[in-house]
Amino acid sequence: MVGSNFPTAGAVTPGASLVQTVPDAVIRLAGNSQDGIQTIGGFLARLAGRSDQDVMTYMTIPSTISGGPSIFQVRMGTGEILSAGDHADFLVAFYQHSYDAHIHSLRPGGVLVYDSDHVKPDPEDKRFTAVGIPITSLTVEAVGGATKDKGKNIFVLGLLARAFNLDVEKLRALVTERFGGRAEDIVRNAMLAFDAGYAMPVENLLGHCYRFDQNPRAAGQRQQVTMDGNTALTYGLLAAGVRHGSGYPITPWSSIMEMLRTELPKYGGVFVQAEDELSAVSQALGFSYSGHLAVTGSSGPGLSLKMEALGWAVMAEMPLIVVNVQRGGPSTGLPTNVEQSDLLQAIYGSHGDAPRVVLAPRDVEDCFYIAIEAGRIAREYSTPVLILSDFGLATRIEAFEEPDLKKLMADPKPDLSGRGADYKPYPLERTTRHAPPGSRMDSGVYPVVTGLEHDEMGHPTGSPELHTKMTAKRREKIKRLAASLPVPEVFGEAKGDVLVVGWGSTFGPIRDAVKTLRAAGEKIGQVHLRHVHPLPPGLEEIFLNYRHICVVEMNDEGLYGHGQLATLLRARYANPAIRSIAKTDGLTFKVREIVEGIKRLQTTTGSNGKSHA
Amino acid sequence: MSTAVPSIPTEALPVLSLSAVSQSNPSNGAPASAPRVPVTKKALTADHPTWCPGCGDFAVLAAFYRVLEKLQYPHENIVTFAGIGCSSRFPYFVNTHGGHFIHGRSLPFAAGISLGRDDLHVFVFGGDGDGFSIGGNHLVHTARKNVRLTYVIMDNFVYGLTKKQTSPTSPIGFKSKTDPTGAMDQPINPMRTLVNSGATFIARSHATQVNHMIDMMTRAAQHDGFSVVEILSECVEFYAGAFDAANPRKGGAFRNIELKKNDGTPEDASRHDPTDELAAYKLATEPWPGSFGIFYEVKRPTKNRLEADLIARARERTKGAGDLDLLQASFARLR
Repeated sequence: MVGSNFPTAGAVTPGASLVQTVPDAVIRLAGNSQDGIQTIGGFLARLAGRSDQDVMTYMTIPSTISGGPSIFQVRMGTGEILSAGDHADFLVAFYQHSYDAHIHSLRPGGVLVYDSDHVKPDPEDKRFTAVGIPITSLTVEAVGGATKDKGKNIFVLGLLARAFNLDVEKLRALVTERFGGRAEDIVRNAMLAFDAGYAMPVENLLGHCYRFDQNPRAAGQRQQVTMDGNTALTYGLLAAGVRHGSGYPITPWSSIMEMLRTELPKYGGVFVQAEDELSAVSQALGFSYSGHLAVTGSSGPGLSLKMEALGWAVMAEMPLIVVNVQRGGPSTGLPTNVEQSDLLQAIYGSHGDAPRVVLAPRDVEDCFYIAIEAGRIAREYSTPVLILSDFGLATRIEAFEEPDLKKLMADPKPDLSGRGADYKPYPLERTTRHAPPGSRMDSGVYPVVTGLEHDEMGHPTGSPELHTKMTAKRREKIKRLAASLPVPEVFGEAKGDVLVVGWGSTFGPIRDAVKTLRAAGEKIGQVHLRHVHPLPPGLEEIFLNYRHICVVEMNDEGLYGHGQLATLLRARYANPAIRSIAKTDGLTFKVREIVEGIKRLQTTTGSNGKSHA
Repeated sequence: MSTAVPSIPTEALPVLSLSAVSQSNPSNGAPASAPRVPVTKKALTADHPTWCPGCGDFAVLAAFYRVLEKLQYPHENIVTFAGIGCSSRFPYFVNTHGGHFIHGRSLPFAAGISLGRDDLHVFVFGGDGDGFSIGGNHLVHTARKNVRLTYVIMDNFVYGLTKKQTSPTSPIGFKSKTDPTGAMDQPINPMRTLVNSGATFIARSHATQVNHMIDMMTRAAQHDGFSVVEILSECVEFYAGAFDAANPRKGGAFRNIELKKNDGTPEDASRHDPTDELAAYKLATEPWPGSFGIFYEVKRPTKNRLEADLIARARERTKGAGDLDLLQASFARLR
């Protein structure tokens, strides 16, 4: 069973209760980007978080300056929600183009609510329960004045509150929090629109209304917080003790730098908007050199521009966090779509032999924890650490248990203690520990950090022996990190027919697919990598327990038939059972696509599901 | 600053003591200090320079030692950085904290150091290729932002490390390996470019004039803002004699800029007012070899100061809440 557990609207028997209890629902709001559908989608997500429900959202935005068709999909309910849903149970169409483009996403038996002022649905299409409401004119009537149709998003929120028996008081509080502080009539107009929507007797039009299963919070469980991936990543950087950084605007990284620019001064820190990507990474490295572990970030093309400086960071052994919120590439590509095509760039971009660390968060909650992990590794191993998020994760909203910050906050203070007479900036036998300026040197000799190959004191050298030894030193510290990482956890069958391997934001849909196939009797397991480079120990042994190893990723199968992670895993483990489920449509994986991909690989041999005749 | 650029009056910003900000900033604490020994040339000397015999850069290095001896900054708080090029080897020859970054990006790197740590004295060295060509964009923006640091450009009008290619300051007609029949492109005018970019201290010197260099570098270091000294430093290997026109020992004339004393005397009228942007432009457009000294010097809030003020205002709004409380409050708003 793929998708939600929402009942079919038409299947209500007469006389049954008017209220149907549902475990979860997928609600798709389709309109234009200026209609505020993201806003009400956000309210629904926050409400779910506040009500101890699980939630995941999915959105598309046009890559235009203002306006254009856009959708916001919210899946909320009880139990673990791992994907935003393959199909919608409930579609709200604001315009004819919304209806035309999204009616196919509605599950047969689902509910279509359309603005009868703008939409004429196909009268022959009997697959859905269609309810027309003059949303625009009712909003104008309710709010009055010169606001035109502004507020119809809040009208729809009122309508959904009634249809799903949502907690009206909590919703009102969220709306007031959001618009409070602005002009008083904005809150008043929002409430008028909300009340008008809530006054619609939708249960009569649909024959019934819905209620979500209750999900009382377990003892000891902390309250939930609800946010998108970029926010979680920003807060993770703050918890990691990052107080300095620099960046350049590019979608979808920009919101992280905007938040850091606003937040860091409160923490005594500085975030600089640089003149370009080269300057951004250089300033961040300057901050790190000055003793403050710093962050820079970008999206695909911007990461390419940072590559030379990253090579320096590897050579000079300077700690740094680099966030890359991936989008569709190459070049300007698909700036507001999702792709995982920067993996090899993150690992192998730059010049020379330049081993560095690449991490990938698996969901919104993990965006927070992965930033803390990045901070730990960058400091401990004096190395640049890249975090690969993506557009889907950056804009997706999820609810998760509030972190216990007291246990997590890292100390941001630079270590300016005096260094003993035996201090060497680049010791061959130990991990480099950078001595920032301000540190007194007992030896009287001050360290030079450099991008030239160097001896232990940082002096330039062209010695073949030293270049070999220093290259090995930079490699070995990353191998020490690898050895210290935990063996990845296997979900599902520890031995069996199929192991599904993924990295980054595909975690949820893969888990849903694995659950679906297990329920259907398949012997299947899942490993999801957070530490992508270096790879954690134990994978080789885990891989030997399965006939098929399916690597799911959102990038191209490439010239040799394997996606980017699959290519790496095949090179590393030389295991021909490793094959790819890769796609490049710029959209997050649907659970169905993964299930079908696995079935295809199970029944074929050879590269990427193409059978060898 | 050009009059065409809208400016925010300094008075409008709350006046806050930088040191008070540093103290309240837990991430900026300076180490407890032990008794100081004066910084001497001996303590500052590091590796022997790899420059060619006769290179102008030796004199710049010697002058820099003298500047540091004069200024007596705490040894551990001096930072010497550079990009790539012959002159950018500089940090290996100075025993201070420092290093060698990538080609053209030493200014943003140094801006990170300066903005990260108010207690440091940041010096950046580089050549004409590093500063005006590959790093040209950063020069403009570091100047515009008025980041507090001192930038010494050792300009030799040629790419030396890569063995004689045309540089952005090579004059038209200069024969190089990339222009065997003579350079054809209009060269950069460093002084004019810097005035236009909004640098707040701009000076020009000559590597054969040691005392002049010491004076210019000292005043640059003491300037509260982005200070630049362009030093004509001859490449004896690939552009010998390039700067003879300003070298009295080679029959040239070293014309020193006399600064206005505001003493009301008639001769003061012809002296240079370094706060006069148009006068600086005029000096910058003099025929070769032009004048030497301070072209332009004005006070404008540094980015360091503006960021410190931003921090102070943010902390006032949050009533100086600690890091844990701040982050907890952010999460509480998303419950």
